[in-house]
Amino acid sequence: MSTLPQMPKSWRLESKPHKFCPGCGHGLVLKALGEAIDELGIQDKVAFGCDIGCSLLAWDFFNVDTVQTHHGRTTPVMTGVKRANPDVICIAYMGDGGGYAIGSQHLVNAAARNEKITAILVNNCNYAMTGGQMAPTTLPGMKTETTPYGRDVEQSGYPTQGPEMVAAITRDGAYVARGTIANLKQLKSYLKKALENQLAGNGFSFVEALASCPTNWRTNAKDTWAFVEQEMPKYFKVGELKNPAEKGDE
Amino acid sequence: MSEKPIQGEKRVFMTGNEVVAWAALAAKADIMYGYPITPQNEIMHYWTRMAPKFGRKFLQTEDELSAGFTTLGGVLSGRKAFTATAGPGNTLMQEPLSMAEMMRIPSVVVIQQRGGPSTATVIYSQQEVTMTTFGGNGEGFRIVYSTSTHQELFDYTIKAFNTAWKYRFPTFVLADGYQAKMRESLKIYDPEEKGVKLIQPEATIGKPAVNGVKEPVHVRNTYNTEEELFEVLTGYMEDYQKCAPEVTEYQEFDCDDADIVVVSHGVVARAAKVAVQELRQEGLKAGFFRPVTLRPFPADQLRSVADKTKTLLFVESAFGQMAKLAKESIFGSTVNVETLYKPGVGITSEEIVAKVKGVL
Ligand SMILES: Cc1ncc(C[n+]2csc(CCOP(=O)(O)OP(=O)(O)O)c2C)c(N)n1
Ligand code: SF4
Ligand SMILES: [Mg+2]
Repeated sequence: MSTLPQMPKSWRLESKPHKFCPGCGHGLVLKALGEAIDELGIQDKVAFGCDIGCSLLAWDFFNVDTVQTHHGRTTPVMTGVKRANPDVICIAYMGDGGGYAIGSQHLVNAAARNEKITAILVNNCNYAMTGGQMAPTTLPGMKTETTPYGRDVEQSGYPTQGPEMVAAITRDGAYVARGTIANLKQLKSYLKKALENQLAGNGFSFVEALASCPTNWRTNAKDTWAFVEQEMPKYFKVGELKNPAEKGDE
Repeated sequence: MSEKPIQGEKRVFMTGNEVVAWAALAAKADIMYGYPITPQNEIMHYWTRMAPKFGRKFLQTEDELSAGFTTLGGVLSGRKAFTATAGPGNTLMQEPLSMAEMMRIPSVVVIQQRGGPSTATVIYSQQEVTMTTFGGNGEGFRIVYSTSTHQELFDYTIKAFNTAWKYRFPTFVLADGYQAKMRESLKIYDPEEKGVKLIQPEATIGKPAVNGVKEPVHVRNTYNTEEELFEVLTGYMEDYQKCAPEVTEYQEFDCDDADIVVVSHGVVARAAKVAVQELRQEGLKAGFFRPVTLRPFPADQLRSVADKTKTLLFVESAFGQMAKLAKESIFGSTVNVETLYKPGVGITSEEIVAKVKGVL
């Protein structure tokens, strides 16, 4: 594997090469996350919760305590861990279906309660694990298995703007950002700040990552990157929405 | 902060929900996660008043899915965590509890049954037996205690934590709206002073490094192959069958020469007990059988009763949910079966006496 030399220390060697499809965004998000964990030196204190979705494939991805949960339920499981043992650095890792559809009540309420956990949501514009159905984040006009003629906003509404929603309902102490696998350095810095925000005990931290799913998009490498770099950011603005570490936030 | 919630033993007169809160404190429960639903609410109300005085915690969640899953998180981090619910909340609770079954997470859930299906009544029923014993997409790898008195609510809530952590199967205390809301006298006590050993919880995740070395754990509920799953579940079934004889509890009296044995559980068993005693005083040969654990069910014990009596009378505030478990356990028996089913409605000893007399 060409990525072998740069493998983050917190990655688990025995489970590599990982199980995601070639060109999948999950692997890149988890690489950025692994590096963030390494740089903060928190590997021994992290508990990583993964959702059901393609994120379930990450159940043995890191050399950190890991719990695989149910579709949409990673946020409450990690909330439960954090409330019971605040020394654990809790990461809830999920897809856009898990976070914005079936588990949206958990995301909204964890944010509203300012739970001191870090939620990371992979936005790949579809339900990937189940074969490419429409997700809350499917772009208008985008074809999926359940929108074969393209997402009709009259019928299905507009894509969920997750970080915007979380930013709107959180108060002081929350960290909210949207990164992309097209800019891994920036994504890593967001993930790091989200973890630092938890370490500082400030409040809820949320990072959405724009990510590729070439398998369900049925795109080649070139079109995959074009979609991630050009199409997705048109609707999903990349950047920090809330950062308690910065004075004059908002 | 660190003093014991109960010193020695005390006679008290309180509601069942208050009893559960005291029992959880006495069992050294660390944290409760909960969502309001009648008739369970006062467990949270008492817990939130008392828990902070003893350094215990509470989280009010957004729904019962969350209450269940946060409870699992609490247990995974090595704390004695519990939740309580009823009716439609119990329905939602089945999803997290199926994860607890799969991952052997020793969670404790108190159920105060209310009328069903749907929202039905907030009052009372015994209609959550099927769901509590075999709910979720699983095999019923659970332990379910059906309590009958406030004393039992106290004793079995304490026991539920020990059972869950000892065998690592999710454990339920199944009571009902009558037990929740009724006031009754009982003795509350510090279990350790009575020689009841409280099992120490153990963390799955978040365990500190030993000698500077952290061994990460990876726990999952998803398997890749049929064989892999089959192997896991076969092991679970072996564990379950092995612990079943130790866990199974029941009560019986006057069965040896009985022409008819009344089979009931929970609060209905109190009426059945009085009914059988009255019938005996009148010279009628009635007997009493009560499963205390509905899962595992005291199958062998009921079978031997079925083998020596003529009729089993199943009495419950449901359309035969306990009876389904009972009938399965006596499969093949030629005993005559009679029923007195009143779903969502209380049953008096007079009704049972009248029914028995009608049958005999
Ligand atoms: C309660 C429940 N409903 C449905 C499913 C089926 N399911 C598994 S993964 C998934 C979609 C995952 O999509 P997303 O959360 O976007 O993650 P992705 O695979 O795209 O990374 C669904 C619907 C399930 N596992 N559990
Ligand atoms: S289906 Fe899509 S999201 Fe899932 S592993 Fe493959 S590329 Fe990644
Ligand atoms: Mg997705």
